Amino acid sequence: MSGQERDLAEVIAINRPSRRRCVQPLPTGGRCRNWAGPSGRCRIHETDEPPPAAVDPSREASTDPSRVEEFVAGVLSFLRRRITGAYDIDVFGFDRDLTEQVILPLARPLYQSYFRVRTTGLEHVPDTGGALLVANHAGALPFDAIMTKIALLDEHPAHRNLRELAADLALRLPVVGALARKTGNTLAHDDDAVRLLKDGELVGVWPEGFKGIGKPFSQRYKLERFGRGGYVRVALRAGTPIIPVAIIGSEETYPIVGNVRWLARLLDLPYFPITWQFPLLGPLGLLPLPSRWFIEFGAPIAVTGLPPDAADDPMLVLELSERVRDTVQQMLYRNLMGRRSVFL
Amino acid sequence: MSDGWRILITGIAGGLAAGLARRLCAHEGVDLVVGVDTRLPVHDLDAARTVRAELSSPVVGELLQRERIDTLIHLGITSTPGDIGDRSRKEHNVIDTMQLLAAAQRAPDLRTVILKSTTAVYGSDAGSRSLFAEDTTTHADSGYARDVVEAEGYARALARRREGLVVTVLRFANLLGAGIDTPFSRYLALPVIPTVLGYDPRVQLCHTDDAVEVLRRACLDTRPGIYNVAGRGVLYLSQAVRIAGRPRVPVPMPLVDVVARAIRRTRIVDVPTDQLKFLSYGRVADITRLRERFGYEPAYSTRATLEAFLAAEGITPWVDDERLDALERHAVRLVRELVPDGRS
Repeated sequence: MSGQERDLAEVIAINRPSRRRCVQPLPTGGRCRNWAGPSGRCRIHETDEPPPAAVDPSREASTDPSRVEEFVAGVLSFLRRRITGAYDIDVFGFDRDLTEQVILPLARPLYQSYFRVRTTGLEHVPDTGGALLVANHAGALPFDAIMTKIALLDEHPAHRNLRELAADLALRLPVVGALARKTGNTLAHDDDAVRLLKDGELVGVWPEGFKGIGKPFSQRYKLERFGRGGYVRVALRAGTPIIPVAIIGSEETYPIVGNVRWLARLLDLPYFPITWQFPLLGPLGLLPLPSRWFIEFGAPIAVTGLPPDAADDPMLVLELSERVRDTVQQMLYRNLMGRRSVFL
Repeated sequence: MSDGWRILITGIAGGLAAGLARRLCAHEGVDLVVGVDTRLPVHDLDAARTVRAELSSPVVGELLQRERIDTLIHLGITSTPGDIGDRSRKEHNVIDTMQLLAAAQRAPDLRTVILKSTTAVYGSDAGSRSLFAEDTTTHADSGYARDVVEAEGYARALARRREGLVVTVLRFANLLGAGIDTPFSRYLALPVIPTVLGYDPRVQLCHTDDAVEVLRRACLDTRPGIYNVAGRGVLYLSQAVRIAGRPRVPVPMPLVDVVARAIRRTRIVDVPTDQLKFLSYGRVADITRLRERFGYEPAYSTRATLEAFLAAEGITPWVDDERLDALERHAVRLVRELVPDGRS
């Protein structure tokens, strides 16, 4: 608990005197250059985790003509599948074809060039079988969910698809709701989530919900209440581990400085944010700020070894939820200390 | 058991009931099949006898006793409001069921009651779970579904009052197949299919062959309880329309009512406006219980059901495979011209 109450500025100040940069070599050739701790390395590289996987050179754009043809053939066969309906969706409505061929390629530049997301701890995410990923939520729009999804599909060795649990508001919206469902979102309902986990899917949940995503910038990286701990009940019932995830950078995409309550009420939204750039810059203000992102996947918190009726013990569920929240909060602070700059 | 089955089927004029009657007549353990309906049967009924009567008339009660009926299959709940109007539909569905089951309670030889219900009792909403299990609270959002919920209530009450009576409630997904004429089947047969703009519901179908087989087993084996009955897998409505090869016309939500009324006036299809939520959010039921407890694996998947329906109705895509092949070749040629060295 003490970690959460520690002031952010204080946390950063602790690290200031050393003013040394991390010497961890990166696969891209350079050094990490995050602020280093006493060991000469930053908090991220202090443990000897393997460095993040190198970017696959084959993924880089190529103008090789045979590749162009290959690409065209891919597009044509995709179009044909879409025109004739020859693709499969699962019972929850996840359209893998559409997600992997269209939606994620559209979002990938955001991941690679705009937010320049880096990840660690992907080895904590299992190659097969269910696991519940629990992350912090911030930034007015759920970019953090999209980035986590791309991280797991592109950088995880097993290229896993994350299935997000969404609020009914998101699924109710026209266009957005249909798209959310097709990309793997489903309503956060205990039985559905348990089913997904038992089917061996990776399920992502952002338990802070609208409280987290709509919180003011002054409260950045301070976790809100983790709902009512429903996600712990789900993990207990499915018997799958909980993987804490800390996302750095999402808070700075839309720094929320105000909330127009009457407008939110009028539009039936949980909040109507005033951010640094919106509505000041007009339509341009809809663009997120290009913060540099960092996603850490933490060590799984096992839920095995508990009594079988543990899910029915609210006290135990709340305690576990508090433990997960504390873990994510500590991961956030640790990564913030290692951060060199918000945008670089 | 010395005597064979003596079965009464209501709503015998319907295609599903006729199919079931034929199957039961072919079964050697069945002594008698009697059908009741107010309409004249148009389908072949084999050896089944029919009685033209209102379900609420005393004739049915007499029939139950005189013919020593041991199995009552109630298929007489109608979903088509256009034929008889909303008020009389409710009168017909709810009051008739009430009277029929009241008569059933008095019938001394009755051992089994089977009620044909629908997954529409779960409603359709962005805020309800994605996969309806049988224990989900019913949430009817159309007049027909409300009727069925009430009918199920009467069946439950009957099971409570008469101990030892086997009551089976079968909740079917949208039925398609031989002899089936529902608003949804007529909707799918439209030359141009209007959908709700910005929404894409998940659709689950049930083939009549599977429906007949499940009814037959519920009748001849003892299977008390509530079961969802549907084909494997799910299609998006957009996907179903693509498989049919028909153009889709997305209609903005505020105009849906106007368009529905216009289509109704043409008398081809009665687009039930109370199905609007279904056309927005769709509905998928969990068939795990059907597989595991009832012990039936549907022969037709949702996709196969649709394809069988399209083949039977003679619905072929507007753009067929040959045209697609030609278009594809054209596109490849174009690319080769644009990228001269593209030949590999």
